[in-house]
Amino acid sequence: MILKAVLTMSPEGVNSFRAGPDESGRFGLFGGRYVAETLMPLILEVEQAYHNARKDPEFLRLMDYYLAHYVGRPSPLYFAERLTAHLGGAKIYLKRDELNHTGSHKANNVLGQVLLAKRMGKTRIIAETGAGQHGVATATFCALFDIPCVVYMGATDVERQAPNVARMKLLGAEVRPVTSGSRTLKDAMNEGLRDWVAHVHDTYYVIGTAAGPHPYPEMVRDFQSVIGRETREQIIAAEGRLPDTLIACIGGGSNAIGLFHPFLDDQDVEMFGVEAAGRGVETGEHAAAIGGGKPGVLHGNRTYLLQDDDGQIAEAHSISAGLDYPGIGPEHSWLAQQGRVQYVNATDEEALEAFQTCARLEGIIPALEPAHALAFVLRWAGSQPKDKLVVMNMCGRGDKDVFAVAQHLGLPI
Amino acid sequence: MSRLSKRFDDLKAEGRGGFIPFVTAYDPDINTFKKILAGLPEAGADVIEIGVPFTDPAADGPSIQAAGQRALKAGASLKGTLEIIRDFRKTNNETPIVLMGYFNPIYRMGCEKFANVAAEAGVDGLITVDLPPEEEEELRGPVQSAGLDIVRLIAPTTDDNRLPNVLKHASGFIYYVSIAGITGTTTPTIDSIELAAKRLRKHTKLPLAVGFGIRTPELANAVSRTADAAVVGSAVVERVAANLDANGNALPGLVDDVLHLVKSLSDGVRTRS
Repeated sequence: MILKAVLTMSPEGVNSFRAGPDESGRFGLFGGRYVAETLMPLILEVEQAYHNARKDPEFLRLMDYYLAHYVGRPSPLYFAERLTAHLGGAKIYLKRDELNHTGSHKANNVLGQVLLAKRMGKTRIIAETGAGQHGVATATFCALFDIPCVVYMGATDVERQAPNVARMKLLGAEVRPVTSGSRTLKDAMNEGLRDWVAHVHDTYYVIGTAAGPHPYPEMVRDFQSVIGRETREQIIAAEGRLPDTLIACIGGGSNAIGLFHPFLDDQDVEMFGVEAAGRGVETGEHAAAIGGGKPGVLHGNRTYLLQDDDGQIAEAHSISAGLDYPGIGPEHSWLAQQGRVQYVNATDEEALEAFQTCARLEGIIPALEPAHALAFVLRWAGSQPKDKLVVMNMCGRGDKDVFAVAQHLGLPI
Repeated sequence: MSRLSKRFDDLKAEGRGGFIPFVTAYDPDINTFKKILAGLPEAGADVIEIGVPFTDPAADGPSIQAAGQRALKAGASLKGTLEIIRDFRKTNNETPIVLMGYFNPIYRMGCEKFANVAAEAGVDGLITVDLPPEEEEELRGPVQSAGLDIVRLIAPTTDDNRLPNVLKHASGFIYYVSIAGITGTTTPTIDSIELAAKRLRKHTKLPLAVGFGIRTPELANAVSRTADAAVVGSAVVERVAANLDANGNALPGLVDDVLHLVKSLSDGVRTRS
């Protein structure tokens, strides 16, 4: 396989896991620009604009300003003392990205992309959303920067994430329920692409995860890498050394790549990406693209996908609307093949259990998405040595999930 | 000479543009689809474009999305679609067939296996919607070796800088997407098509087909005078949808009604006043 040779060269001239993608948007076999010809010129324009923007001190100044004063960064790195004592093993830190404005890590990326859209002179923004966190973040920055916003959301998700639908509407966005296909995140993304094809001249598509056609996986990763950069400084300040382990949940994988990327070349830092196993990977009702999928092409990139032998995309299942997607960002597919990151998974039941444990022990109600990462921590950390330093990305808060979880647990509301 | 080249040469000799209906394989079920396909040449199809159903057709509008959903429900697959074409070729060796679809089913089957099976079944050309020239290399080799034509999509957004690269490995014909949008939604003006045809002919000698948003015999006629062929898709699959019962099963008159529409569109193209 070519893949083994794709330890690409970094600018410093050493073998690096951080140098991708290449000029054609590839991470080894994965990534690329699989879009209709109508969109291709626009995709190239976005790439050019992004590469110019990230070299522009004014763009970077605006990013820093809004991240600090509007999003509320840096987010704390918090030692979860009671959780650590409860498990009796590794020392667990939580990166508190759920404290960001809008309640998740999504703000980091949307800020960058909306600023880019403005630079490009675009006057209309569209986005897809699953759990609604990306939709809320997009609606928020569109309100702040006064740009009309349309959010596509699967009809199934509109029902199970009602609080976020209301938030987007309050922020002035138009929410369009998508009734085609499986009526979830993948269908919302199809609808986003269809809208974009029909409005190429004035519209910018804010993709919410580190997937889609190049340059999105790279761009979203870069914007989310603030998570890992802060973590690096914070853990050194707190412990005087790098962590031993990083853990994050994975749907498309933007919070995970944001945490992992600045550490990829630190060989001693092990990393776990936690996919959603739904009712169990063996049941076929899950959203674990790496755990139960094969390479394929969807939504502009080649990556691991849940699919049948005919190449038809399978419906994903997860209790978490944010992880309920049959694919994964292409850089994760590459990191999995390289063996640099280990991809594990947690079921709906385990996530629900972790959700409650976290609430009671730490007074933090996590979103169902990071509850999957936490489920892995609960399963694994107790057997690890006490001097092992672990950072888990608490990438979203659970306000949006309170009603759905209460319903699952049979609690009266 | 390939079936496609021969057909476009014949059309030129006849002094008229061609008509290309689009139908989705297995829509609404395999047997009804086979009957529609068998009847298309006599109804006036100069080339037949067959849509290969895919769960996530991100470039298609509601009508063709719905056709794909019906087809998948009826058990559609790429493999099965190729078998249907193999059957069709037992009685028809003249009408060129172009497959239109998305890359993943082909990738899953394997590019080389697909190219060989498709060529052997009697497929003539290939339109892969989500495979721009930048990503086409792995499919191009096998497809060209197997003797299939690569039909390139050109959009209103494809500028003159980009055109030579898009046209580089094209063969058979060029497919101009007449609107910046998804299939079957807005309708292009004939003026915009004339301008585009003029621009494209400066860059290529390949025949030019125009599709996306062409619904009426009148527009099909006008398009076929400016270009070398007109493609009609959504209007055809909508006629399938109009002949289904509440459970989605074909009503008795479906095949005749669809072929009747195709006949009226192809008559429109053949009208010279």
